[in-house]
Amino acid sequence: MTTQARSRRGGALSSRLDRPVVVAFACIVALLLLGSLYSRSFLSPDYLLQQLKVASFLGVIATGALIVILLGQIDLSVPWLVAVGGMMATAATAWGPIGAWLAIPFGVACGVALGLVNGFGVAYLRIPSMIVTLAVNAVAQGLMVVHTGGFSPQDSSSPAMRALATGSLAFGLPNAVIVWIGIGACAVFVLNRTTFGRSVYGIGNRERAAYLSGVDTQRIVLLAFALAGGLSAFGGVLLAGYASKAAQGMGDAYLLPAIASVVLGGASIMGGRGSYLGTVAGVVLITLLQSILSVVQMPDAGRQVIYGAVIIGMLLLYGREGAAR
Amino acid sequence: MSDWRYALAQNRATLISVAFFVAMFAIYASNHPAGFSANVVETAANKGVLLALVAMAQTFVVITAGIDLSVGSVFVLSNCLASAIVVGSAGHAALGVLGVIATGAACGAVNGLIVIVGRLQPIVTTIATGAIFYGLALLLRPTPGGDVYEPLADALTGRVFTVVPASLVALAAVALAVWIPYSRSALGRAAYAVGSSEAAAFMSGLPVASAKASAYVLSGLTASLAGLFLTFVTYSGEASAQTGGSYTLYSIAAVVLGGVSLYGGSGSAIGAIFGALMFRTIGDLLFVFNLDPLWQPLFQGVVLLVAVSLGAARLFRVRNRLELFS
Repeated sequence: MTTQARSRRGGALSSRLDRPVVVAFACIVALLLLGSLYSRSFLSPDYLLQQLKVASFLGVIATGALIVILLGQIDLSVPWLVAVGGMMATAATAWGPIGAWLAIPFGVACGVALGLVNGFGVAYLRIPSMIVTLAVNAVAQGLMVVHTGGFSPQDSSSPAMRALATGSLAFGLPNAVIVWIGIGACAVFVLNRTTFGRSVYGIGNRERAAYLSGVDTQRIVLLAFALAGGLSAFGGVLLAGYASKAAQGMGDAYLLPAIASVVLGGASIMGGRGSYLGTVAGVVLITLLQSILSVVQMPDAGRQVIYGAVIIGMLLLYGREGAAR
Repeated sequence: MSDWRYALAQNRATLISVAFFVAMFAIYASNHPAGFSANVVETAANKGVLLALVAMAQTFVVITAGIDLSVGSVFVLSNCLASAIVVGSAGHAALGVLGVIATGAACGAVNGLIVIVGRLQPIVTTIATGAIFYGLALLLRPTPGGDVYEPLADALTGRVFTVVPASLVALAAVALAVWIPYSRSALGRAAYAVGSSEAAAFMSGLPVASAKASAYVLSGLTASLAGLFLTFVTYSGEASAQTGGSYTLYSIAAVVLGGVSLYGGSGSAIGAIFGALMFRTIGDLLFVFNLDPLWQPLFQGVVLLVAVSLGAARLFRVRNRLELFS
């Protein structure tokens, strides 16, 4: 609870701007300046908006990852929950007009259902989250393989999904970014201003203490995992809207970046410490890094090495734990 | 408590996983259309040994209460490296094998260094180094290909005395040469102690840093042996992100099925080996019962979920609700 203690002394602003967040945002600016040396277009509004749009998919998924990581747990079921969201939403679209209306809620609801299984295993059966979510990931994969027959489904996404992911409102602001802003605002409110959110931080710091303070920790953990499952699936719905169909393994590329962006944003993987603003910085940073590396036509091999090295390097800057003794 | 009862209590998780594996494999082999033959065992062994070695690599780190999410990448990197340097004459190939093993150990050392000196969490460290190792593998093999020294590959994937699969002999040799001496050494015992309670281990004057370092190095080394073996099975190298990712995840499943605690400090690599063999047998069981292969991933997932849920049985022993939250 160091952030809180500090906020009481130094006002609300300094608590939001703790060191990792500042460093992460500084790195974003540095990356953009570095990119602009290569090509002027890196600073153009078009490019930046496009990057924000791509980042919003990761941003939605990382929101779920943040909540789970704040609890001190981890959700490895992201890849197939994303795929479940995308595939179930497109499958619902194929049922007809009513299905198309229900596509988005149905996709998200399937994610919530699997998230509840995660949460039940972690909160009530007390199985390590790493292994429960791994098993649920396998079950989700199995369900989708049976559902699709092992091929990428032919169903296309509903107009609403496509509008959310690819459309844009006035001023050229993409809808996906607006969705992310909306979800982000809700997440900030829930994490900072509700008993649920404060309990999440409390459990992440010390579950035993939270329990003794009268928090129904098991229910909170269950809800948090359900929320994370729903957000992963919603990310999948958006992705399916973006590509106008769902695909096998569409979520594979999102597990590690989601965890990495949460951690780069200064959240402790042990739980109890981290802010949504940091996660936003982490998401933008990772998206920009991937984009710039692909624009300068770095081969995939070099991209992976730089990607890993940047994460390690940044964490060494500010993510170190205190000496144990 | 007498000695044997103490030993039994200590190895209970390992023994349970062995029993489960034997039962499953008996069901598998007795229902196999080709019957219980040396061929059936050999194919099953070659598949199982790959995961068993990766699971063993995972065990070293898990025992210290860490986790290594880069085992799959080290596995793939060693596969690509082996397909490039374990070739040519016998002498050249032998040097190549040493080179692959040294590379694997170096990968483990990098992980260990960042975790111990850099004081980063193992889980994030190995996610990032995993990306680096995979990138290096892609650098070596942008497209699948390569070769391997065939006499060695054939010898290790074939049979000994016409019945025993050579891969099982190799696996047993690795377990005997790496795991048994390590787990009985002062360093190995220190690794268990660190996993149980790092602070207590430090207070007791145990070599905490070198115990952790040795676990990471041995993890990398064992993962590279698995990569080497993959090259012997496929005769080529491929930098596949999918292979690396699935082996990493399966290795966690295998250590848990093998009775190794993810909280550290208990379990053994022998258990993890049988956990891995069990996991592979689960996947094959559907095949012998002639069910649609489409159902295989679901079946495997449900069995995994049920198996890990059995771990909740310990809740019946909880007398005070607060014990849940420790």
